[in-house]
Amino acid sequence: MKPAQFDYVAARSPDDVVAALADGTTHVLAGGQSLVLEMNFRSVRPRRLVDINGVAGFGDIALDPAVLRVGPLVRHRAFESDAVPGPLGVLLRRVAHHIAHPPIRARGTMAGSLAYAHPAAEWPALAAALDAEIELRGPGGSRVVRAGEFFTGPFRTARRPDELLAEVRLPLLPAGTAVGFVEHRRTRASFAQLAALAAVTVADGRVVTASVGLVNAADRPVRATAAEAALIGRALDDDAIADAARAAARDDADPGPQPYADIAYQRHAVAVLTRRALTQARDGA
Amino acid sequence: MRITLRINGIDCEIEVPPRRTLADALREECGLTGTHLGCEHGACGACTVLVDGDAVRSCLMFAVQCDGRAVRTVEGLAAPDGSDHPLQAAFSAEHALQCGFCTPGFLMLAAGALENDPGIAEDPERLRELLTSNLCRCTGYEAIRRAVVRAARGGGAPP
Repeated sequence: MKPAQFDYVAARSPDDVVAALADGTTHVLAGGQSLVLEMNFRSVRPRRLVDINGVAGFGDIALDPAVLRVGPLVRHRAFESDAVPGPLGVLLRRVAHHIAHPPIRARGTMAGSLAYAHPAAEWPALAAALDAEIELRGPGGSRVVRAGEFFTGPFRTARRPDELLAEVRLPLLPAGTAVGFVEHRRTRASFAQLAALAAVTVADGRVVTASVGLVNAADRPVRATAAEAALIGRALDDDAIADAARAAARDDADPGPQPYADIAYQRHAVAVLTRRALTQARDGA
Repeated sequence: MRITLRINGIDCEIEVPPRRTLADALREECGLTGTHLGCEHGACGACTVLVDGDAVRSCLMFAVQCDGRAVRTVEGLAAPDGSDHPLQAAFSAEHALQCGFCTPGFLMLAAGALENDPGIAEDPERLRELLTSNLCRCTGYEAIRRAVVRAARGGGAPP
């Protein structure tokens, strides 16, 4: 189908964007790989779009000493390169590689994926697992929301209609952090049926910190805190990984019924994928 | 809105409402019907064109977003004298099309990939991944894969 009528404004500055959003009925057009699709279906009918593709600096990635700052127009593809060093860069590359396919990755953005909050999207689970900070800029200034509070349901977030998702801040992972990401999908171009990611640091043979995230295992991205707790203080061996996988399936996942996957199957798959992600991290494969 | 698209090297000034997708503007306002529309939600890739050198879904961009930008369509592949682009010759040589509906999209997907990243044709895993971007319901993809490899190796003409 074709999209319904709307007004269009091309922003040149961040202030342009915030001013345009102030009416509460304007939508941000970033990569457009979900928004335009929804508009073609007419499941979304914005009164107006503010196009942020021409705003200088919005496509920048900045590396602070402890934080990666991602602008609102950084495309998925940017994370496929070695632009981000260290273990976080490895994890971002693995995750980005699983998003849709190359032409979509050339347009779609990380910030847009977070704002859209599709339950099967990869970036929201990464943001939740790493406790990313999300900066929202509205008429009254900026506020920062932690990823754990940002996602409130399928396609639902704490962002208000007059706010721009202005920046994503991901904590850099210390050198030596072991990372893993495993996704289950029907074909390479399909949405994730489920995915699990892990970032684990080990000192003196014991797990010191663990971040585990689940994609499409609930109505919103999941930080698998029970799985993390099962790992802390233990050697990252098969027993600990098996316990964490069981905890993820039993306590962290909250799957709903899906046409081709009942809840028992989904919990089983969460355990399998969590085990594989942790094993991948440990073995560096 | 009045916009200018630089299509295959020629400035095309058109008047379009914001809701006009790039794909529809190319077909309706510019008369370039080589760009096909299949699903209109980014799944099939029949509408793939190059915008500033990148392969994109022209059904998921609005024409007004491309004001002043360079767009390359399947009509821009052949040489000025009408001789086939190496990819076109290779698709013919390898029988990489049957009904042909998806072919413009596959040609532009491959053209963008080979121009930005020529090594992809010699990396079976990455080439396979690239070709999952678009749908072809006739060929089973293998002939398309062979055609891209053939074009990248400079062997476009039929044996």
